[in-house]
Amino acid sequence: MKKEKKGLTYWIKYLLLPVIVIAIWEAASLSGSLPPYMLPAPHEILELLIKTVKNGVLIKNIGVSIGRVFSGFFLAALVAIVLGVLISLSKNAETITGLLLQILKPIPPIAWIPIAIIWLGIGEASKIFIIFIGAVFPILTNVIDGIRQIDKRYFEVSQVFEIPKKRLIKDVIIPASFPQVMTGLKIGLGNAWICVVAAEMIAATSGIGYMLMDGRSLSMPGQVILSMLVVGIVGKLMDDVLQKLQKKLLY
Amino acid sequence: MGNKIEIRGVNKNFIQDGNEITEVLKDINLEIKEGEFICLLGHSGCGKSTLLRIIAGLEMDYEGEAYIDGKAISGPSLDKGLVFQDHRLFPWFTVEENIGYGLAENVANKKERIDELIHLVGLQGFEKKYPRQLSGGMSQRVAIARALINRPSLLLLDEPFGALDALTRITMQNEIRRIWQTQKNTMVMVTHDIDEAIALSSRIVILGQRGSGIKRIENVDLSYPRIRTGSEFSHIRNIVYREFFEEKEAELEYYL
Repeated sequence: MKKEKKGLTYWIKYLLLPVIVIAIWEAASLSGSLPPYMLPAPHEILELLIKTVKNGVLIKNIGVSIGRVFSGFFLAALVAIVLGVLISLSKNAETITGLLLQILKPIPPIAWIPIAIIWLGIGEASKIFIIFIGAVFPILTNVIDGIRQIDKRYFEVSQVFEIPKKRLIKDVIIPASFPQVMTGLKIGLGNAWICVVAAEMIAATSGIGYMLMDGRSLSMPGQVILSMLVVGIVGKLMDDVLQKLQKKLLY
Repeated sequence: MGNKIEIRGVNKNFIQDGNEITEVLKDINLEIKEGEFICLLGHSGCGKSTLLRIIAGLEMDYEGEAYIDGKAISGPSLDKGLVFQDHRLFPWFTVEENIGYGLAENVANKKERIDELIHLVGLQGFEKKYPRQLSGGMSQRVAIARALINRPSLLLLDEPFGALDALTRITMQNEIRRIWQTQKNTMVMVTHDIDEAIALSSRIVILGQRGSGIKRIENVDLSYPRIRTGSEFSHIRNIVYREFFEEKEAELEYYL
């Protein structure tokens, strides 16, 4: 794949809207039409950002959240890929697991929080569980779809060469379904990040979701806004990383 | 030499929409000798690919009997190579990985066997390329090499050059003839290209419209390489043409 060079005009267009929003927001704050206890000015949020970076609070909380996301996400990816391969290898397994998965899938991860707390308490385990729930279904669905949609003609080639099932999985099923599995992983990681914030807002003493909620209880709207922006930016960066990885690994 | 393939009284019907039966192959009887180059020639949908798939062991549901080396065909085997019309290379494998894909387990000197085939099909320097970096003709060379990996005594080709442009097709025909002459295997090739059939085969099996069976078997006793513009070539071409178009010409006269 050829890499497209992005020129100056691209970057101007790309950054234009956020810059305008911040400028209007700043102007409104300076003119006094936005009360600071509702929405502090951008420069105050920037000051808070610098302060929390310097005293390490922000970095620590981001680190905690990312750590949780990765444990939950990797667990979900592992389970979903293994389960997805097993389910799609047999029509029976698909029928048998179908109904249960269809019922579990629409339950939003947030709805799992109460039972997670009852079962696992408010420690790390319950948060990782919520992330796991949020990430596992999109990955599983995409793995199953990805395998089911593999071109049947590839299987015919393998049949002609009497390729054993183990090699069929390694050499055909995994690479052929890879693009869609990657899509599942991207959605899964996005969901995992959403879930960690949700879980930390309800029961936590650290993490970016905790920092957000803490801002509310201390009536510090600046901290709330800063935390929200951080959630957004980190989420975007995670997506970028997976996007790059996908482009690099794609044949 | 003995018979490599024997087809006796093969009928094949497809059932469409639950109960509508379409006859595809009707009472096919064919003997192919070892080392022959046979072309199955006919219109699209005449069942020539189905017949090839029966020989390949991919199509098992038919009436009649089919034997290879005196044994009933019971499925695919490493002794039969198959080249599809769409090259069907795996896009995630390089050229050499694609060629080596079907190599039987526990074969020593895997690398050497792959190199040998890369030389055979003239793809030196392209070992590490991916299918998307290859032209149609090159992809089909890889597919031929892949099919030959286990030294099959029988190579089946299902319209292998159908998707190539006319000039590349002639180059590839010369290639496959050269491969046949060096490897000395039995070839069965499905085609709808009359010149291709005459240029390559020792016998042409002409199939009629769908469900009508074998119409004619034409011997091509010309030495290789065959001169496409020569008079003997034209003579056979006329015979084959007549098999396909005489009825229509008669109709035309009538309307005139």
